[in-house]
Amino acid sequence: MAPSTSSAITLTVNGEKHTLPVDHRTTLLDALRDRLDLTGTKKGCDQGQCGACTVLIDGRRAVSCLQLAVAAEGREITTIEGVAQDGQLHPVQQAFLDLDGYQCGYCTPGQICSAIAVIQEHAAGWPSAATADVRPAAGVPALTADEIRERMSGNLCRCGAYVSIVRAVARAAEPAQAPPGTADASVGPAGSGVAA
Amino acid sequence: MREFGYRRAVDVPGAVALLGADPEARYLGGGTNLVDLMKTGVERPGLLVDVRELPLDRVETTADGGLRIGSTVTNSDLAADPEVRRRYPALAQAVLAGASGQLRNMATVGGNLLQRTRCGYFADPARPCNKRVPGSGCPAITGEHRNHAILGASEHCVAVHPSDMGVALAAFDAVVSYEAADGPGELAFKDFYLPVGESPHRETALPPGALITAVTLPPAPVAATSRYRKVRERASYAFAIGSIAAALDVRDEAVREVRLAFGAVASRPWRARTAERVLTGGPATAEAFAAAADAELAAAEPLPDNGYKVTLMRNLVVALLIELTEEASR
Repeated sequence: MAPSTSSAITLTVNGEKHTLPVDHRTTLLDALRDRLDLTGTKKGCDQGQCGACTVLIDGRRAVSCLQLAVAAEGREITTIEGVAQDGQLHPVQQAFLDLDGYQCGYCTPGQICSAIAVIQEHAAGWPSAATADVRPAAGVPALTADEIRERMSGNLCRCGAYVSIVRAVARAAEPAQAPPGTADASVGPAGSGVAA
Repeated sequence: MREFGYRRAVDVPGAVALLGADPEARYLGGGTNLVDLMKTGVERPGLLVDVRELPLDRVETTADGGLRIGSTVTNSDLAADPEVRRRYPALAQAVLAGASGQLRNMATVGGNLLQRTRCGYFADPARPCNKRVPGSGCPAITGEHRNHAILGASEHCVAVHPSDMGVALAAFDAVVSYEAADGPGELAFKDFYLPVGESPHRETALPPGALITAVTLPPAPVAATSRYRKVRERASYAFAIGSIAAALDVRDEAVREVRLAFGAVASRPWRARTAERVLTGGPATAEAFAAAADAELAAAEPLPDNGYKVTLMRNLVVALLIELTEEASR
């Protein structure tokens, strides 16, 4: 017997549970936009190459265009609509506003979701391809412009607002601006923390 | 995209049984390659068996002092692991050189090994490709092949393997463990990928339906002094046009031990054993490094538009080994 090609799934998005039937071919991106009307997450290339569709899954950034919705069941999904808390913009959102980290704005939700994760990954001690020495004894690299550019390279901006984006990420990463909980050296779900 | 069934595996035998029962089934890891290929019609599975929740997500030190990396460990967790960074830094660097932060969070170690080539003819179902449709031909040989193989290719396929991670695994003699219908097995990394020959569509020596469960790195003190260097057409977030993983142990200005592997030059990560033999026991000088690179690259058979890779790889070998020699003398 051919397997069923659709399922009723429950997605947890921005803390709310949504039960919906999905064709298995549905990506998380399309489920968010077309089924849950969460259109902040943008479709750019739909091939995992531009980062416009970046969301947080279990606290980690991911491209929702290559994530099947059915495979995201049971995981905590955070979209741009869910990053502000109690009416207060997330510090990364505020920094993008204050420093003009965008032009047309289409890539911005993905840039912001990615930047939130970049700051957490850096706080957890993760090295990057821009890190001269990845060995733990070398310590955590400063979040320089080079580090930010490399860590944000999965988010393309066709307007070329990169200079301001780098400044905004650096501003948001300053300790006084960092949101609560980013200094606990963990990224994503419990137990996934990486003590350097 | 073709319609497909979806099952989430809860244990390894269950996953293998689901694959064995359906010849059109595929394992789903992070999906960063498979889902993309399904969108373009290159892959048309009838069933996806999701293995992301299998208990294969640990990096553990083995009894002999090596590392055992579960196959569902994400690229991000592998590159962040303190033991990987301390004992096999080139492996962490290689993983960090690949894809983007988003994709590394999704992609798994097992999936990385099984990712398909980025050859444009393979990716386009409207074009012939011996890897996608055996016997249909290889347009790359007379067409667009600037980024294709210079080593180990055949008249049937000149595609390169895109993995960065695999290059470091090749240098460090990784062993791939799998579970098949008739039980567990393992393959040395040098035997994991098959030669291209006349069957470029057969890429690995894994038995049909086998699930990769782990990649084990044997202890290798030389790996503590190792680096990965990747050359690409932009500074970040692009596939390599040439890359190298190198590890070096120099004592009294002589090479005691060296590991070298090349990426983006062949259908598989290319262990440069000829160069290693030439270097071992000899002087750690730029001239010796160049001679060793030349010995390895003597087997190169570049196409009209990718001869630059021979020069590129030679220069990479010399530059990286000089850096490692300087590091060792500090």
